[in-house]
Amino acid sequence: MATPAAQLTRKDFTSDQTVRWCPGCGDYSILANIQRVMPELGLSPEKVVFVSGIGCSSRFPYYMDTYGFHTIHGRAPAFATGIKASNPDLSVWVVTGDGDGLAIGGNHLLHIIRRNVDVNILLFNNRVYGLTKGQYSPTSRVGMKTKSTPLGSIDHPIDPLSFALGAAATFVARTVDVDAEHMQYVFRRAQEHRGTSFIEILQNCPVFNDKEWDELEDKKQRVDAGLRLQHGQPLVTGSEGRRRGIRIDSGVPAVIDLADGADISTADIAVHNENHHSPAYAFALASMERPNFPLPIGVFRAVESATYDGMLEQQMEQAMELRGAGDLRNLLHSGETWTVK
Amino acid sequence: MAKKQVVELEEIAIRFTGDSGDGMQVTGGKFSESTMLAGNDLSTLPDYPAEIRAPAGTLAGVSGFQIHFASRNVHTPADQPDVLVAFNPAALKTNIADLRPGGTLIVNQDAFKKRALARAEYEESPLPGLRDRFNVVELPLTQLNRKALEGIDLGSRDIDRCKNFFVLGIMFWMYGRDLDPTQRWLRGRFRGEVREANLRALESGHAYGETTELLPTSYQVPAAKIPSGTYRNITGNAAFAWGIVAAGVQMDRQVFLGAYPITPASDILHEVARYGHFGIKTMQAEDEIAACSAAIGAAFAGSLAVTCTSGPGLALKQEAINLAVMAELPLVILDIQRGGPSTGMPTKVEQGDLPMALYGRNSDSPMPVLAASSPGDCFHTVFEAFRWAVKYMTPVVVLSDSYLANGTEPWLIPDIESLPRVSIPPLPEPESFQPYRRDPKTLARPWAVPGTPGLEHRIGGLSTEENTGNVSYDPDNNERMMHLRDQKVAGIVADIPPLEVVGNEQGELLVVGWGRTRGASTTAVEAARAEGLDVSRIHLRHINPFPPNLGEILGNFRRILVPEINLGHLTRLLRAEFLVPAEVMSKTQGKPFKVGEIRQRIDEILSSEDDS
Repeated sequence: MATPAAQLTRKDFTSDQTVRWCPGCGDYSILANIQRVMPELGLSPEKVVFVSGIGCSSRFPYYMDTYGFHTIHGRAPAFATGIKASNPDLSVWVVTGDGDGLAIGGNHLLHIIRRNVDVNILLFNNRVYGLTKGQYSPTSRVGMKTKSTPLGSIDHPIDPLSFALGAAATFVARTVDVDAEHMQYVFRRAQEHRGTSFIEILQNCPVFNDKEWDELEDKKQRVDAGLRLQHGQPLVTGSEGRRRGIRIDSGVPAVIDLADGADISTADIAVHNENHHSPAYAFALASMERPNFPLPIGVFRAVESATYDGMLEQQMEQAMELRGAGDLRNLLHSGETWTVK
Repeated sequence: MAKKQVVELEEIAIRFTGDSGDGMQVTGGKFSESTMLAGNDLSTLPDYPAEIRAPAGTLAGVSGFQIHFASRNVHTPADQPDVLVAFNPAALKTNIADLRPGGTLIVNQDAFKKRALARAEYEESPLPGLRDRFNVVELPLTQLNRKALEGIDLGSRDIDRCKNFFVLGIMFWMYGRDLDPTQRWLRGRFRGEVREANLRALESGHAYGETTELLPTSYQVPAAKIPSGTYRNITGNAAFAWGIVAAGVQMDRQVFLGAYPITPASDILHEVARYGHFGIKTMQAEDEIAACSAAIGAAFAGSLAVTCTSGPGLALKQEAINLAVMAELPLVILDIQRGGPSTGMPTKVEQGDLPMALYGRNSDSPMPVLAASSPGDCFHTVFEAFRWAVKYMTPVVVLSDSYLANGTEPWLIPDIESLPRVSIPPLPEPESFQPYRRDPKTLARPWAVPGTPGLEHRIGGLSTEENTGNVSYDPDNNERMMHLRDQKVAGIVADIPPLEVVGNEQGELLVVGWGRTRGASTTAVEAARAEGLDVSRIHLRHINPFPPNLGEILGNFRRILVPEINLGHLTRLLRAEFLVPAEVMSKTQGKPFKVGEIRQRIDEILSSEDDS
């Protein structure tokens, strides 16, 4: 018999498979925090499905003692859509990376988000290809030297959250692989949200792109390098003497120096609101990049909208109501028929 | 009025041709319907351009619909029409070569004016030159139709658009067909003045046929002797759609169809999308890959999953299909083959995808392949594919083609009770559950669906350990699993009945058909045998695995002829598999085989035998 969800622990979500990521990989911490938060979400393991594509992050389902499907490169969102459409009672989680999700799978990521399928997408962003040994990715910075770009990358990178917002994502958040508490908070929020929850996790690859997110992972540096988003609170960050706020004018963010103790209200600092109907505000936040801006961490946007799977169920019910449950004999004999004796 | 003559015929083939805006498909469809209701056996061939509306009156824009009906069994839409109806010079030019010598040509003489002739690249009217070879009936159809519709409050363009129904009325008179079904259809389909105009055009055409001196004869094709039962008209694509619905009902499972629009498969999606009240879910995905992937996801979640496409789409789906092979999930893939390679001729016929279905995936990736042979057969073939998919936990591909997809035939509606009810194997207890523990008989793994407590497991595309399903790079395990997947698919042969030879069990020549070559092969072999030639015939629905006695049958003939609309796909397979001297009869013109072509090849082969 299944253990009641209330009594489940992290162990109930941990499979017997040996985890095979490189030592020091950010994925370990993400896995541990997912396993920790699962029992709190009131989900029993049989109701949970982890779906992944190809890449380091995509090994994730093997380590979860839930249902899991390790699919093909870039297509996890399409598989997840089929699973959720088929059975909306399942809690479906997509695990992907910056290569899997934004290069080969960009098309499917776009469409699962715009359809607002009720799934949670975790995009591990380490700005490099790990499993194929170190090529640059769609989120790598211009100039990054890798085996495939010995003279430096000339691709302009894409910001995962801007991409998601461009597809009108209803829930968008960013968190960091070393911050257990914040990750768990974001995962809980994602599970509570009805519709596609898109989470970028800044994740370190110690082998091919070490310290890419150092200033956001390091406890001292992140106070100034990051900006913690809190609904209803002004966009203010920074340590003593380096306080700064964000003003957003015509959709363009600007850093306002608050070091001299300037008054937040007179400085016209924006107050964070996750619930803006238009994605434009969240898009302004997503456009804030290092080093010119502190990098926003937290929930950018959380708005309600009809889900694909919900509407599909509704249509089925409406069709049943309108036409009655289907009858095969009637169908085969519908329209013009004739009888030969 | 002089009394008109009525001539009885055994069979007749009519081709309606005109501009793609002239309503030829509707005209042909309505004529077919009345012909079926009159009890004839029939076969049809719609032939339309890929362009939605090519420039009016041009050769590229010609659309046609051929119907062959008889008081005996009909297997093909006929090699040559006996009657050609041409609405404009372009239609005449592109079709006249097919008309049987001495056949009847009915033209709209109002359309044979200077500009229309020029658009069809005629310098002068071709009609005078045709009068010695054909029975040319020139009718002022545009004028007659306008006159009939006088007083109707529509513009002249809309009035002229009704002339296909005027012609249909004439044809209904000529072949003694009932107007009633078409009248009912028009009343349901149109309203107001448009309804009135079409109805009046139809009725006036009929009355005109009765009275005009230009048409001295009408014809009667008595009802065919066909098995008793209730019949309907069906296209291959509609039969697929209904087979999908039937599988869901008979297996008591939700159906999920993932598809991306592609000619000539889209109609399956359109049709299935109408059956939400059967609990069927359909999804128009963002591309072919997603359509297939979503279907596989749905299969993992417990739905009867299906995706439909054509050649270029099948190519895109292959990586996902290979995952379904590896993950051993049930999935049905409908491939409506079309002219290729590449974009090819999207609305024309080809049997081009057999090697891709069998071998188009990396590594050894065994997948069952079925081929439907007539529009109605599509229903039973897709049903069989679902049975295999869930019994053996495997993707199954069903091959059809553009000709089957849109062609129609009278279809004996199956008795629901006669359809097998398929029970899906029960799941093991959690204590003994292993995701890749196989049924000893079928070698299928259990279909443990998310949501089932205690059966949580992970699957994927990586090499998996026998029984446990854990990722494994063990060399021996990999080899064992490779053979197990192969044996599983090969073992489906247990569900395939032995093939029956039509004709002698052994002899000089065997004609091997697959897919829609059935009709032409059947008629050609029947005719040759009637003349005492030593030729027999088999037809393959099951291509992987082959029927159990195929090798034995092939070994009993000196020569083996395989007509196929490609350069020899099945032929090469038979040679490789059975070491027999199979020879291809190839045709790749985007058109089906003619009976005469196969018949001629049979004669050539058998007469060369005589010489030796």
